[in-house]
Amino acid sequence: MKILNSWLNDFGAFGTNVEKLSTAMTSLGLAVDSLTQVDTPIKGVVVAKVLRTERHPDAAKVHRVYVDAGDGQELHVWCGAFNMKSGDLIPLATLGTTMPDGRLITPRGILGIESHGMLCSGTELGLTTDADGILILPKDLKLGKDVFSALEIKSDCVFDLDVTRNRPDCNGYLGVARDLGAHLRVKIAAPIGDKVKKGATRSIKVMIADKKCCARYNMTVMSGVVVGESPNWIARRLTNCGMRPINNVVDASNMVMLELNQPTHAFDAEKVNNGFKIRCARSGETLVTLDGQTRALETTDLLICDGKDNPIGLAGVMGGAATEISGQTQTVALETAWFEGSGIARTATRLGLRSEASMRFERGVDPHGIDHAVSRFAFLLRESCPNLVVHSGASDVKEKTLPAKQRVVALRLAQVNRVLGTKLTTKAISVILARIGFATKSVSGAKIPSLKIAVPSWRPDCESEIDLVEEVARHYGYDQLGKVVPQSTMHGRLSPLQQRRRDLRDVVLSMGLSEAMPNPFLAPGDLTKAGLTEDNAIRLANPLVFEESILRTSLRPGLLKAIGYNISHRTSDILLFELGHVYPSGKADSVDGLPDEYESVCLVAVGETSALALDWWSQLSSVMSFGAQLDQSSVEPGFHPKRSATLRRGKQILGCVGEIDPRVLAKNQINATVACLELNLSVLLSETPRVANAKPVSRFPRSDFDLAFAVPNSQTAGAVIKALRQAGGVELVDLELFDVYRGAGLADDSRSLTFRLCLQASDRTLTDAEVTTIRQRCLDAAAKLGARLRD
Amino acid sequence: MSEQNTVGAISQAIETARDAALQAIKSVSDLDALRALGVELNKKESLLNSFKSDMGKLSLVEDKRTIGQLLNAAATLISAAIETRTTEFTELEISNRIARESLDLTELLTQRRRGHSHIVTQATQRLEDVFVGLGFQIAEGPEVETDFNNFEALNMPKSHPARSEFDTMFLEYGEPGSVLLRTHTSPVQIRVMKSWKPPIYAIMPGRVFRRDTPDATHMPVFHQIEGLVIDRGITFAHLAGTIEAFTKAFFGEDFSSRLRPSFFPFTEPSAEFDIRRADGEWIELGGCGMVHPNVLLSGGIDPEEFTGFAFGFGIDRMAKERHKVGDIREMYTNDLRFLRQF
Repeated sequence: MKILNSWLNDFGAFGTNVEKLSTAMTSLGLAVDSLTQVDTPIKGVVVAKVLRTERHPDAAKVHRVYVDAGDGQELHVWCGAFNMKSGDLIPLATLGTTMPDGRLITPRGILGIESHGMLCSGTELGLTTDADGILILPKDLKLGKDVFSALEIKSDCVFDLDVTRNRPDCNGYLGVARDLGAHLRVKIAAPIGDKVKKGATRSIKVMIADKKCCARYNMTVMSGVVVGESPNWIARRLTNCGMRPINNVVDASNMVMLELNQPTHAFDAEKVNNGFKIRCARSGETLVTLDGQTRALETTDLLICDGKDNPIGLAGVMGGAATEISGQTQTVALETAWFEGSGIARTATRLGLRSEASMRFERGVDPHGIDHAVSRFAFLLRESCPNLVVHSGASDVKEKTLPAKQRVVALRLAQVNRVLGTKLTTKAISVILARIGFATKSVSGAKIPSLKIAVPSWRPDCESEIDLVEEVARHYGYDQLGKVVPQSTMHGRLSPLQQRRRDLRDVVLSMGLSEAMPNPFLAPGDLTKAGLTEDNAIRLANPLVFEESILRTSLRPGLLKAIGYNISHRTSDILLFELGHVYPSGKADSVDGLPDEYESVCLVAVGETSALALDWWSQLSSVMSFGAQLDQSSVEPGFHPKRSATLRRGKQILGCVGEIDPRVLAKNQINATVACLELNLSVLLSETPRVANAKPVSRFPRSDFDLAFAVPNSQTAGAVIKALRQAGGVELVDLELFDVYRGAGLADDSRSLTFRLCLQASDRTLTDAEVTTIRQRCLDAAAKLGARLRD
Repeated sequence: MSEQNTVGAISQAIETARDAALQAIKSVSDLDALRALGVELNKKESLLNSFKSDMGKLSLVEDKRTIGQLLNAAATLISAAIETRTTEFTELEISNRIARESLDLTELLTQRRRGHSHIVTQATQRLEDVFVGLGFQIAEGPEVETDFNNFEALNMPKSHPARSEFDTMFLEYGEPGSVLLRTHTSPVQIRVMKSWKPPIYAIMPGRVFRRDTPDATHMPVFHQIEGLVIDRGITFAHLAGTIEAFTKAFFGEDFSSRLRPSFFPFTEPSAEFDIRRADGEWIELGGCGMVHPNVLLSGGIDPEEFTGFAFGFGIDRMAKERHKVGDIREMYTNDLRFLRQF
């Protein structure tokens, strides 16, 4: 809502200290988005009269204009606009004038012929938005006079207010003035209405069929209308408030809307057929709107129909062409109505026809401000139509659904003080609320005092006690309510899971991986490209773009994209991870009917192999006490089937470690191996690591020896390790596979695995015989797996 | 030869032998030669040691003592000289080794080291830490939410006009329009109210979704942090006090805050909160207010017994401004050249 300072001052003596006013508005919740200086007079621009115009044979785009600037002298000006004729008054920027854009007007002309100034457009003077032609001034101005003072234009200021949804009244000057007046203790007055005696009775019949959607409809006939331009001051106000002046009738309607937050619609009374009927559309009905489009209607759309039930307009949204006022209109039928907001909102949004009027109906207008709006419209139209007759006998249909003039809401004193932390009395509250027109009807209860507050009809937002508490707070002043830090009775901390998540991040970061945050929305095909199924993936019902229409079921597709991006920018050492939510496909609902969703972490490194991925896993499992077995018998789709393993705990799959499937790499144009570790954190982070109990350190010597086996490829190293551990028993305190060798001296289908074993007892020194026995047990166990001791 | 002369001659010979030994020690060139010399000098047959047998030839005790003392003194001197020389050689060897081992450490300085946390994560953790210090715990919730938790429970029933301002992304899941990507972290408030019991001092950071076309200051996927306090006797002054305490703890002591009236369906009275930089400029930060009684009821809390406040703001913008990132989209390209700066 744009508020012009001079216009605001019509409602009360607010003055011109715009900084102070701006601060007051902000503290009331009327956020000032911007403060713009307008109508700043330009020194040196005078009223001149066009004497004649002349073309020059060598100048195609400009012509010569001869003007009189009041001293009878003929001045010559080159001009690129052709919209003036002899006798027109136009603004002339005289030599030496500095225009707002910094241009200095000099005699420099073209073709060696000087120019004695410049003719100005409305835009150049900051007066209109019309940049096409020269501004043609009203005929009655005095030649030679400063244009700004001749037009009575003074420097002014526009506050652009961000009016919140709960303040429909502030979509009009009157509402803003009421709030501001209460805050600054400025007495305000509503704009005056038409005082001229009403003319002969002329009625148009009105019938409201859908009383829920329309609760009041006033139809007032006004004759003696001469459609034409609005007086200058009206045009200026509208322009400065961001509305284009159209004609005196439309402009008066817009003025009333801006002043009183009440949209009105003027019909040509002669074109109205047998009265009005307001009803909802029937299914299948269509309407050609003012813009020439045929609109398919729904049963929730409210229609204005003529007396024969033919739709002529969409209520509160758009009028119809048939009854539109024209240059010939002499009698106007003015509609001033109260339509229910949510219906108007639905229609306007669906048809993409939201307007200043529909927005006001949507938010709420004052159902009891209609008489004043009609009268104010007449007052404003009379400015340009002195013979205007407002006929008596206006139709004014009020339904029972119309909100009352006052709504009584109970307000407990204790509730105000409990929420605001104040010590206000009932009297103080009454005084505060009275300033904004909220009257205290009664105060009851000596021990538990409660006030009955009459909320005026222009504040439909104030329905319950808490709404009144907010009004008290606003006008008492938010900054007067104090600042107290509450003493939390809770122990501020991260939950064990949150602490573990941070620990996990720390380990991953320490391994050199940086954190990516890819888009959780995928394009159709992204999952398939990552080797994953797209079948049960959840789709967005209303995606922003088709390429972002599927919810990820894994972090891998996003990271593969990130890898591709970094490779294409020739970045080296691409090590990335992401920790985020995934929405796996085809999983059962969680308790509240929502799809399964869990936290996952995925680590990738370009040009690296499973060895690095396993190293990540080892570090994470050791720091985080993650436990799982490597199972190479089946791997997650998208992982290299022969160079990866599932991390398994019984039947539960905790993740996958290894390399990305070469087929996936090819589809993603990644020309290097990618090491990958993916973990489902839903289990791993919620575990509480066991607290280790101290064991005494053995004081007896240890015996270390190495065993090198030739092991067939069909047997995993893991199986050998498991067998050795079992065979070694409690005395085998350490076992390490420290060398793997393939090549000369070994069969093609086997490799050499060298282990270092460390034997130690906690209570004695092991004898040679004992060591030999254990060593033999290990050899026997290995032999069962086909592992042959090498020489 | 008189005995007197003999003593004199022996003494003379001892001194000569001693000097010769000291000279030899002085002139050896390395530790090995010094060790060999030491062995040589200690031998029974060595020149100095041979004087010991000469002592037997002297009859006077006095003379014996004189020669004995002389020999002892010579031996002490020699062994001290060997020790000094040994130390000299050892030190020389170590300093030679040190010189040999000279290393250019800048050759070893590598580029790759610890990875970089995303700036949104960094900002989130900083915020969490500040609130933990103020006695808050951290609550979390799912990103896919029900229409009920995201809107209805927050005082926005189906027809509520404010819903249109959220540009919600709905999912093809369950009843049409019933499952969505949360548009704010506020549904976690409802979850917290239902699962914890007052007193509640919680913050709720997380990822949120709006159907907004990305531009320099907006992303359809972004992050918010929300605070919720519910206890007996919580007032608007506590809200303002918490915002002020947070402002000073997070931005610095020279920052201050203000609340100005605004509107949100889930709080009343509602406010926007601004922070004031040391240079006097006000920056709009987020929204807040007293929890609306209807929201408390949705969370199963009696508004006649408890009051509460809530506040929330965007994390991405905090990170963007802290690191002076020109375009918020840069934060989501996953370009390592960008990520490694922080």
